[in-house]
Amino acid sequence: MDLKINGTSHTVDLPGDMPLLWALRDGLKFTSVKYGCGIAQCGACTVHIGGEAVRSCQVPLADVWGEITTIEGLGTRDALHVIQAAWIDQQVAQCGYCQSGQIMQAADLLARNPEPTDDDIDAAMSGNLCRCGTYPRIRAAVHAAARAMRGA
Amino acid sequence: MGRVKTIARRTFLIGSAAILGGVAFGVYYVSRPTDNPLLDGLAEGEAALTPFVKITPEGITLIVPRADVGQGIASTQAMLIAEELDIDPATATLDPGQPHQAYFNGTVAADGLSFPGWDEGFVAETVRDLMMNVARLSGSQFTGGSSSTADLHETLRQAGATARETLKAAAAARTGVARADPRTEDGQVVLPDGTRIPYTELATEAAAIEPVGVVALRPASEWTRLAKPYRRLDILAKSTGTQDYGIDVALRGMLHATVRANPGRGGDMAGYSADAALAVHGVRSVVEVNEGLAVIAENTWFAFQAAAALEVDWLLPDYPASSAEMWQVLDDAHVDDMRNSRLRDEGDVEAALEGATVVESEYRAPFLAHAALEPLNATVLVEDDKVTIWTATQVPHVVRDAAAEVTGIDAANVILHALPAGGSFGRRLDHDYVVQAIQIAASMPGTPIKTTWSREEDMTHDFPRPLHMARGRGAVADGRVLACDLDSISPSLAASWFGRVFIVPPGPDAMLVWGAFDQPYAIPNYRVTGYAAPPLMPVGSWRSPGACSNSFFHESFLSELIHTAGADPLEERLRLIDHADSRRVLEAVGEMSNWAGTDIGPGRGRGIAFAYTHGVPVAEVIDVTLTDRGIRIDEVWIAADCGTVFDPVNAEAQLTGAAIFGLGHAMNCELTYENYAVQQTNFHAFEGMRLHQTPQFHTRLLGLAERVRGLGEPATAPAAPALADAIFAATGQRPREMPFSKSVDFA
Repeated sequence: MDLKINGTSHTVDLPGDMPLLWALRDGLKFTSVKYGCGIAQCGACTVHIGGEAVRSCQVPLADVWGEITTIEGLGTRDALHVIQAAWIDQQVAQCGYCQSGQIMQAADLLARNPEPTDDDIDAAMSGNLCRCGTYPRIRAAVHAAARAMRGA
Repeated sequence: MGRVKTIARRTFLIGSAAILGGVAFGVYYVSRPTDNPLLDGLAEGEAALTPFVKITPEGITLIVPRADVGQGIASTQAMLIAEELDIDPATATLDPGQPHQAYFNGTVAADGLSFPGWDEGFVAETVRDLMMNVARLSGSQFTGGSSSTADLHETLRQAGATARETLKAAAAARTGVARADPRTEDGQVVLPDGTRIPYTELATEAAAIEPVGVVALRPASEWTRLAKPYRRLDILAKSTGTQDYGIDVALRGMLHATVRANPGRGGDMAGYSADAALAVHGVRSVVEVNEGLAVIAENTWFAFQAAAALEVDWLLPDYPASSAEMWQVLDDAHVDDMRNSRLRDEGDVEAALEGATVVESEYRAPFLAHAALEPLNATVLVEDDKVTIWTATQVPHVVRDAAAEVTGIDAANVILHALPAGGSFGRRLDHDYVVQAIQIAASMPGTPIKTTWSREEDMTHDFPRPLHMARGRGAVADGRVLACDLDSISPSLAASWFGRVFIVPPGPDAMLVWGAFDQPYAIPNYRVTGYAAPPLMPVGSWRSPGACSNSFFHESFLSELIHTAGADPLEERLRLIDHADSRRVLEAVGEMSNWAGTDIGPGRGRGIAFAYTHGVPVAEVIDVTLTDRGIRIDEVWIAADCGTVFDPVNAEAQLTGAAIFGLGHAMNCELTYENYAVQQTNFHAFEGMRLHQTPQFHTRLLGLAERVRGLGEPATAPAAPALADAIFAATGQRPREMPFSKSVDFA
């Protein structure tokens, strides 16, 4: 099976009913995509397919309908995406385990809504669980990223 | 070496030793105990063991032995060393090191005693010193109890200072300048003529000279890094998906495993059939492990599928089948025979209640899962004479010893790669998941195997926060609280957890009444009694153990008494508290929130609570509003005092994170049992707090106390009672059982 991930083609030899999450993590070593619940309740496995945020634990490999973007495709250590820069400026992460998913969800929100209110952020981001309680800084970072993206 | 036997408590960590191609500072010297195989093979007379600072020609490594479970302690440890060493810690490699006695945690052992943290009397201090020595001798390397900064801040700065002075001495010896003349800056020794010598070039020479002994630590006024906002060293990795956790370990030839344990914790197995599981695509084998079975496969998903296909005849565990029956066990334990402690007994409670109008209340706190977002996992490679483990743990020394015990391989040949944890909240103070992973890997020597629990296993095979209840009786007179008598009833957490990983501390179980007996109130007639119910199932330390339940009981009951007395809840607490720093914390939260009572308008309510835990007084004020969708928490004000704040950005994160942890679980979460099994199997039924419920936070740290204390836990305990108090102010109904969602709706 062929997958396009962050602009690069990959071939995997895995069953079509395997969730994309496990194909990415165990098959292709995209370990930035995290397993947290397996039932779309935590958002740690959030990636984009065709530019839309999805829970990769719920997408069978055979059903992948477009190009996959993981956080590595959003930005890298040397070339940060503006959302990642905001996450760093606000020092959001504690354990950090949920943050790839949070950032990918925020990227989806800001692509659709360049000036979200607190309510918009709550509505878009409440499916992403953070057990450490970094939520106040997540809100601040989304606002900061939105400002930066509008200014850019 | 003669000096090793006379090392004083605060100085014994100082020294240096040559390592291959470099120098190691902060080395622990110890006379060589014959029963410690870790010391075998070292040079005669000197044990150069895991140090805090390693310098080689290639670079500088800082050893940060306390586990980072999200609380940011890796950065704080590095910053403490760097302040004295004069390096940018971002240029150094951080390494948790191997488990070792040198990294013992004395503070957590001393805190486990039946003295309130604010008792600095002779007896309390003497026994604390004694427990610190027990911890030192046993090499207990816990990360927990909000103790890391308190325990290590002097040791790490001293290691940095010793390294710095020894490097200066090496530079002086090389160049012939007087030892006092060079200064240090940014990883270099700077000579009087301006010549700069990088530390890395001095490593070999520094190893060859006698290390400079105890060095005076720089005063806070000279700090250039500590106590200033700085960037967590892991923030870049954690914002780019490049932080590797245990669950991300990938090794050549590695297989993947998962565990299916008896749904009844601790129950055995009568028999099983692995046929269906072995037929699943990609499955290699099924092995027996502690508490159940494991499947080894080519991919975690295959292992999960196969584990679900196992047919097992489980035997029943030895605890009651349902939550209702468990509550009955606690109820039955509220009798004199089960009395475990009476660590607070002032005035004459019985006389004060005699003839008075007695206020009585009962409170309940449920079992709770830790549910760190990273499911429990460990990767293990067992070879002929060696075990290598990759995992996140708060008890590395226990993991090392368990690996030796399970495999029969010498503990000296156990290599632990301690990794950052995707959360813990106390769960990784136990090592059951690592033992299973070792058993699994031992079935296939030579092959590295990563064992990952499913979320369902993680949720239903926790060592949960224990079921806990309390009954209060009290009386008021002349607008004041006159008597408070609180009975706290729970299975013994200390007997359960300490019994698994350390020694059960002597005397009564103080943890059972933490957050109740140790509060700095001078109520004229005041009694706190602990009742140790029979054990139900093994339980564990959950962020702010004991206090996370007791503070809800104690503060709620105190609020009820204050309300009955018609007093202001802040003013009456201020009047009752007999501890200056605690009073200032309450005054601060009053000032921050513009306190003017609990009435803040129609459809709204304001609550307050105070707790003294982990040596830190914390006061929280919470405002709520009744909306058409339920109760909404609007704002939270937190004032606390942990003494010196080394890491202010992270300290604020710990205050708000701990409060969110306390609030989210108090609102929404419980583990209940039916037919011996936990009913809440995943986050759909155990949400904690989500973003839409998150209020605005305002925090202040006062910096009053002389002792440095930690902030990982203290803001957790007062969150629940402050919210209950606010709900009472808004609705007239006081929630007395957690989660509050049993009695009210939240927006």
